[in-house]
Amino acid sequence: MSAIRTVVRGAQRRRVSTIVIIAATAMAVTATVLAGLLLAASSAPFANAFAKQHGAHLTAFFDSAKTTKEQAAATASQAGLAIGPFPVAMVVTRQDPRTPPLPPIKVVGRTDPGSGSIDQVTLLAGRWARSKGEIVMARTDLMMPTGTTLQLPDGSTLTVVGEARSVSQTAQGWVTPDEAAALGQIGWQMLYRYADAGSEAAMTTHRTALGTGVQTQSWLEIRNDAAHRTQLFVPLLSAFGLIGLALAALVIGNVTAGTVASATRRIGVMKALGLTPSQVVRACVAQALIPGLIGTILGIVGGDLLAVPLMSDVADLFGTVPMSVTPWVDALTIAAALLVIAATAAPAGWRAARLRTVDALAVGRTPHSGRGRVAAGLAARTRLPRPFSLGLAQPFTKPSRLLAMLLTVALGTTAATFAIGLAGSLRHIQAADEKPDTSADVLVEPTMDGTDVGAVIAAAPGTGKYYGRGPADIAADGLREAARGTVTSGDARWAGYEMLAGRWYTSPGEAVVTTGFLTATGKHLGDTVTGAGHGPLTLVGEVFDGSANNHLYTDAASIPGPKPILEWYVKLKPGTDRAAYLAALQNRHLQAEATRTEGADGTLLLLDSLTAFLTVLLVSVAGLGVLNAVVLESRDRVHDIGVHKSMGMTPKQTAVMVVASVGVPGLIGGVVGVPAGYLLHHWAVPAMAHGAGIRLPDSTIDVYAPVLLAALALAGLIIAAGGALLPAGWAARTRTAVALRTE
Amino acid sequence: MTPSREFALPADDRWARASLTSATMIDVVDVSRRYEGDQAALDHLSLHVAEGECLALLGPSGSGKSTLLNLIAGLDRPTEGTVTVGGTRVDRLSEAAAARYRRATIGLVFQFFNLLDDLTVADNVLLPAQIAGRPAAKSRRRANELLETLGMDRHAGAYPGRLSGGERQRVAVARALMNRPPLLLADEPTGALDTASGTEVRKLLADLHADGQTIVLVTHDEALAAAVATRTVRLVDGQVAA
Repeated sequence: MSAIRTVVRGAQRRRVSTIVIIAATAMAVTATVLAGLLLAASSAPFANAFAKQHGAHLTAFFDSAKTTKEQAAATASQAGLAIGPFPVAMVVTRQDPRTPPLPPIKVVGRTDPGSGSIDQVTLLAGRWARSKGEIVMARTDLMMPTGTTLQLPDGSTLTVVGEARSVSQTAQGWVTPDEAAALGQIGWQMLYRYADAGSEAAMTTHRTALGTGVQTQSWLEIRNDAAHRTQLFVPLLSAFGLIGLALAALVIGNVTAGTVASATRRIGVMKALGLTPSQVVRACVAQALIPGLIGTILGIVGGDLLAVPLMSDVADLFGTVPMSVTPWVDALTIAAALLVIAATAAPAGWRAARLRTVDALAVGRTPHSGRGRVAAGLAARTRLPRPFSLGLAQPFTKPSRLLAMLLTVALGTTAATFAIGLAGSLRHIQAADEKPDTSADVLVEPTMDGTDVGAVIAAAPGTGKYYGRGPADIAADGLREAARGTVTSGDARWAGYEMLAGRWYTSPGEAVVTTGFLTATGKHLGDTVTGAGHGPLTLVGEVFDGSANNHLYTDAASIPGPKPILEWYVKLKPGTDRAAYLAALQNRHLQAEATRTEGADGTLLLLDSLTAFLTVLLVSVAGLGVLNAVVLESRDRVHDIGVHKSMGMTPKQTAVMVVASVGVPGLIGGVVGVPAGYLLHHWAVPAMAHGAGIRLPDSTIDVYAPVLLAALALAGLIIAAGGALLPAGWAARTRTAVALRTE
Repeated sequence: MTPSREFALPADDRWARASLTSATMIDVVDVSRRYEGDQAALDHLSLHVAEGECLALLGPSGSGKSTLLNLIAGLDRPTEGTVTVGGTRVDRLSEAAAARYRRATIGLVFQFFNLLDDLTVADNVLLPAQIAGRPAAKSRRRANELLETLGMDRHAGAYPGRLSGGERQRVAVARALMNRPPLLLADEPTGALDTASGTEVRKLLADLHADGQTIVLVTHDEALAAAVATRTVRLVDGQVAA
């Protein structure tokens, strides 16, 4: 057996620390793979998915009453590439015969998801429709999982057999061509790709070439929508990716340095027997590379396995197709991990090689350099229980290990602080969207019999405040198409819409608008909006609505003519029995119900679960980093632990001492990590909003209460203590006689 | 033979030792200790030590001397047999109970001192009292008293690394006596010392014994055993030699 192999084998015999080294490296590599994939997935997600699916630059719908199949097919010659025609039907369905029908679904008849040259639809779950009665649904917020049965008006059913996504958004559902015809075909769909499709002008030319009366959808519109959506999340996922990479590099470096340090005495023995300095360096690198390589391979496997659900969530978030396991990310991660290991091991090995043999042999026996004596002296003078104060002073004997642990904890705390702040901001945005529901007690819907709902509510005993609202398209100068509008009847000031600037309107002729409206029209508060169908509207406030839409709110009386009021919100007088109030309205044949918080928005739920997953991952990496450092430290100090135990230190006191040894890095790491996470949050959230064309109220940014910040500062301690618990248990159980014999 | 006294213990300690009767302090009955796959380190060994006695355990390396000391200190457990110290069945104690037993009953002195290098001499001596949660002021007085008695008071603020071997062993003895243990166990206390320092430690142990301290001494040093011990037991292959 070669001398180098002897050194390496010796290290491997230390099972516990080897397992911890492998686990910490594996976790860090898993985080690296996922962080790399996140960064890759966050880079131009729409463009990549569009390219992957060979998306359609133009989707055209030909009315079958005016255009024959042959005529539609003939338009293919106008494009570089074209597929179709596919039969199109509009289907009205309901999930339950007793519930109202769902919005109509545009279904396209296709025999397969697209093996052709355009719009290769990605099947996300289940299979493609093969026979009559089967449908594949486009995965959207309106979740229709595989297995769902949809009722058709004629009593027949469609069973959802798969979920798919077309980045070009060519359909809401796909059936077989025969089924599309049977469902009541209304037209033909053609999909085109062009050599020149990069500008609005080029796309307008292509649209015009198809003739009048053809409904078209340009990929540029979809790309712009996707850009708004993805810009909201890119900084978030990128931040997680970068924290993950930094943390992983730190943990791997620290683990490697500790591995080499733990073999110093064995190296001394081998040097005494004739090992040359270059052999020492090679031995150190080999010794670190073996567990490092095992950990790296396990981490790659773990990363690739976890990437499947993570990338699926990310794809849902971006509205794209899941990124598959990417060999170049794996290869890059392996190379980076091995590079970090070698780069850390080689200098540590060189230091060991330069150590005089007698010094290397005496490691663990000779008095150490004197580092940490001040801390030990100060700790001894506190009134804290001695095992605790001994532990507190312990890390100061090895400043480099203290610094590495401190950085690990700080990065873990940064991730936790950022994630919690982000969740708070997102919840606040969600709450703002749901404000009308949450601020009212009762929701009343109008009846078909023409009852004056407002009058009934006004007369009902217990009514405090109320208002009605409904949709309206409102033309505005500066916009090509009408803005989405909401008109209100009654005083809606109490509804609690969050104002970014100005005030809520108090009379007809006034309006409040979203940031998107101001951006799109170039108007400011105080300006007047004019347009067909209404008189001038003075902009008196900018309202926050969590989207970049051009939205305008005004009093129903501002817009002449009948406006549908679809919902009435009622705030009851204090002390009013809501159940009795509801019963009274129901007796008047009104549909009245208690308001409830709507189910959390799908995107926010997805973001919440993504953030939680990534936070747990990063905190676990940090915890394992601490665990590794404490295991190494406990091994180095096992003899001292034996001395303490020989003087009567109980297992509990020993555990307290070991856990206390991470107290200082835990506390400082927490105190450093919280402001770092706070600053990252205060940079990333407005950046997300800015990217999506939204202005956020300060309240959505200032989500950290002082108590929360204080609690988060303790998160560093919790991460550190969590990582120290296992080694504390091992130290507590260590037999005193064995510890005293350990060199 | 008792050497002339150099180190006089504080009056309290002398009174405490003098109050002991010649009842049995240590009762080791039919004890064996086997390690996995190895020959028995101790093989059906029985031994009794009276209060106030100073027993020297002699024998070649691997004869089981240190193993026996570990069993008496509650640092290890026998595979068979019983170990009773001051009426306590040490072989039955849990780890926590064994720790409390050591605090109250045992003072340990090691061949390589086992002082903590990042603590001053005074802090090293204080440590057993602090671990036991004794009152701080009283403990400090006791530590000062011991350091003065052992001639180490001028080194109270120094770190062990700066002391000679003999001085370090005196600090280790002071630390072992901190909690006024009825039983002092010394494992090769002169094994790592030069001749002059060895003589110094020998005198110290003799003085402690003269003050009534029960001592069990493991040593290769026949001179030390002859100078300090009231009885000598020789171990060979884990058994008391005939």
